[in-house]
Amino acid sequence: MTDPLPWLVVLPLAWASVAFLLGPGRGAVLAAFGVALQCALAFELAARVQAAGALRYAVGGWGSPLGIDWYVDGLAVLMLGLTQVVALPLLLYARSYFGHAGAAGRYFWPLAGFLIGGMNALFVSADLFNLYVTLEIVGLAAVGLVAAGGGAAQLAAALRYLFATLLGSGAFLLGVALIYGACGTVSIELLGPLLAGEAPRAVYVAVVLMSVGLFLKTALFPFHYWLPPAHGGAAVPVSALLSALVIKASFYLLLRLWLDIFAPLVQPLAWLPAVLGSAAILWGSWQAVRAEHLKLLVAWSTVAQIGYLFLAFPLLATQAAALDAVVFQTVSHALAKAAMFAATGVVIHVTGNDTVAGVAGVAQRLPLTLFAFALAGVTLMGLPPSGGFLAKWLLIDAALAEGAWPLVLVVLLGGLLAAWYVFRVLRQAFLLAPPTEVAVRAPRLMEWSALLLAAASVALGVRGIELARLIAPVGAS
Amino acid sequence: MTPNEALPLAVLASSLLPGLLIFALPEERVGLRTTLNLLGAVAKVVLIAALLAGVAAGEEYGFRYRVLPGLDLVFRADALALLFVSLSALLWFFTTLYAIGYLESGPHRSRFFGFFSLCVTSTMGIAMAGNLFTFFVFYELLTLSTFPLVAHRGTPQAMRGATVYLAYTLLGGTVLLTGIVWLHSLAGHTDFAQGGFLGVLAAHHDATLRIIFVLLIAGVGVKAALVPLHGWLPQAMVAPAPVSALLHAVAVVKAGAFGVVRIVYEVYGVEFAQALGLLLPLAVIAAITIVWGSLRALFQDDLKKRLAFSTVSQVAYIVLGVALFGPVGTIGGLVHLVHQGIMKITLFFCAGNYAETLGIHKVSQMDGAGRRMPLTSLAFTVAALGMMGAPFTAGAVSKAWLADGARTAGMDWAVWVLSVSSLLNAAYFLPIAWRSWMRPGPRVWPQEHIAARGWRETPWLLLLPPLVTALATLLFGVFAHAAWSPLSWAQLIAQREYVP
Repeated sequence: MTDPLPWLVVLPLAWASVAFLLGPGRGAVLAAFGVALQCALAFELAARVQAAGALRYAVGGWGSPLGIDWYVDGLAVLMLGLTQVVALPLLLYARSYFGHAGAAGRYFWPLAGFLIGGMNALFVSADLFNLYVTLEIVGLAAVGLVAAGGGAAQLAAALRYLFATLLGSGAFLLGVALIYGACGTVSIELLGPLLAGEAPRAVYVAVVLMSVGLFLKTALFPFHYWLPPAHGGAAVPVSALLSALVIKASFYLLLRLWLDIFAPLVQPLAWLPAVLGSAAILWGSWQAVRAEHLKLLVAWSTVAQIGYLFLAFPLLATQAAALDAVVFQTVSHALAKAAMFAATGVVIHVTGNDTVAGVAGVAQRLPLTLFAFALAGVTLMGLPPSGGFLAKWLLIDAALAEGAWPLVLVVLLGGLLAAWYVFRVLRQAFLLAPPTEVAVRAPRLMEWSALLLAAASVALGVRGIELARLIAPVGAS
Repeated sequence: MTPNEALPLAVLASSLLPGLLIFALPEERVGLRTTLNLLGAVAKVVLIAALLAGVAAGEEYGFRYRVLPGLDLVFRADALALLFVSLSALLWFFTTLYAIGYLESGPHRSRFFGFFSLCVTSTMGIAMAGNLFTFFVFYELLTLSTFPLVAHRGTPQAMRGATVYLAYTLLGGTVLLTGIVWLHSLAGHTDFAQGGFLGVLAAHHDATLRIIFVLLIAGVGVKAALVPLHGWLPQAMVAPAPVSALLHAVAVVKAGAFGVVRIVYEVYGVEFAQALGLLLPLAVIAAITIVWGSLRALFQDDLKKRLAFSTVSQVAYIVLGVALFGPVGTIGGLVHLVHQGIMKITLFFCAGNYAETLGIHKVSQMDGAGRRMPLTSLAFTVAALGMMGAPFTAGAVSKAWLADGARTAGMDWAVWVLSVSSLLNAAYFLPIAWRSWMRPGPRVWPQEHIAARGWRETPWLLLLPPLVTALATLLFGVFAHAAWSPLSWAQLIAQREYVP
């Protein structure tokens, strides 16, 4: 069999272009087939990485420092797999959501293809400039997806989002330029030893610029201002893609850099992300508790859940469990948040009401969807058995081993606040509602793709050991 | 997988699979749903009978599954687990019968019975958990699966009760999690062991281990309704009667009390807990709970609320027995785990019958209920006498062993607590019995749903379960020393716990 990696990048770009020509109807079918194939490719790649360790590619046979380098290790292949696995049910969901026509549906398929292709390239790029390019592709495709909704509020949110994402990648590019000026290379492999010793001052400035740029793109508190309107306002499949996957792409990049070439420089700063993450958890959860609109509640929950990812930063250097915690949180949040947005979409579609108060009676009308919402909620609350619970356990374990009690308290408090906003919806759903006159039927495909994603996020809590193995250092069992 | 590994999993599956299937059933498939329910309940009882025979003969049943490196799901069906498992499985069987009768005409039965089965599955998991990690997983699962049951009716009142329940249990769960992870990071594992596994950590971590003990006990104390963590229990009585039975006898408070047993005996070890000076404070809290619960019960006019406060008091007997240092107290506490369940479930079944048949919800409406519903009232009276510790009932056995245990442990004040509690029990139960048998009934019952037809005062599905459990209350009292009695089994556990 040929090498799966190039196809993972080429395939989405290919079906995106053809889908644009075919139009939304056949384009959707093509996209679904494309992503299904990508899923298989990602698993094949994971098996190869598992067997042979990290792989390095010289695209076009040039190799660094001249050509483009790709580098795939456990973490990268995990993100590749996650992206395809979450995208597949979401695209099926979107096919049902957009129906066969409509302006929003028309642009969704090509833009989603560029988004996925961009992310796949980002996960494997091995030099800073390439990373910038992929980051920009992902950002622009994401803005396009938000704007494709076409409403005035969506356009305003998209503009805000565009501004944030351009500012973020601008800062990143400036940092890349400074590093290139100081070190003469942008290859991560070559930069490693260069930055390990005495680094020039420009490099420190670059590290700050790039990190802040990525904080902004990941919507870490206090750079989260663009996220709730963008994720809360976009079409449901778009919100799900953005909340579940897109912010994880910039986070992945940040994690990569901080773990690898920036590690010697950022050690004294490692507490900063944790402090911002704590603020994100508390503020985001509180806003979710107060939110009146369902989608906004889910979007604010994303702001909070991102915080957990950053909480582990001061522990990464010494505690192996911290990286596991980050990975479990990334994967389980991606699955659960996609499921939650999807379930929310079904509820809004059927009740025609997007407020929390309008959920009353959903327990009777949409038991399957409510079940999906609840399962996703279990993961977000970090209750067992779920991937979110394992993430929480690992994080507390690592924090306790370091004696970092404030982190433990934030994690526990965050879990309780999450329970508050999740059960706010669930208890409303259980209330008896007056019988409705018009019965809108819930599309089967939408209900089941939401349930599938939610069930996967819970199943991760029982069958997650493969993830831990994938990112474990070679040689460890 | 060997049969000895598969059997505990089969016990879990015998309620999990029917539960999942029931979720998928349409509302009107009454026959199939009932078949699934009963099939699961019977299968579980049969499987547990096999386990009981095996464990009595010295077999070991267990299953280990690696979730993450250093983190295992462990199931172990030891003697202590089986005490709780067989209680829950038997009572589940009768509660299922009762619930089928009770909810026959109600809405959302698939949802109800689905969560009902999940709830029992969680209880089995709690009972057979082989380490604190597994215990916690199922402990939280129990919270999640009981919430929809308490909220079942969907009225604002039910939602309030369910929300209070959730707030208490989730906070308790958070505290418990803190303690468990802390212990895990100190000891590297959380596997239960006879005689405890923390002895090796002594000397270096005494202070830390004391704090962790407080966290763990506070965490399980919420479900065990120890004062001052008991506030949810009287609120949750808005739930339908079968759910109350589940909360008070089969699953929830029992899970809390069982957690106390595991933590004291198999995490800390009773000697080590005594050496750390942890048992006396626990006994004091239990004593306060016993007296406070009884006092509050005295002033409740709402029948189910009175029973709820009685549960607060009675479950603390188990904790008291555990905290009395010595095998006699242990036996008293463990046997009360079973006895309290059987007696309290009888009382809640009867309270449900009064409400369903005649619309009686308050003690003050009980006048003459005995003449209208003699069989229900007979069961109620037997169970109430048992709660007071009257001779020839299961309650008398528990109280005798507890009092003996207190004396051998040199804690004579606990004997006084037990006597005061018995007096208070009599003070809040006897007036109910008096009213129902001696006072003339009203001309019109508050809300008579079911007319009397000969001796069939109410549908037999509602009548049979309380009669059986009331009979068990008598049998376990009279034949306390038979080989099959809960007392003998508790003695077996105590023997293995103290003579490892």
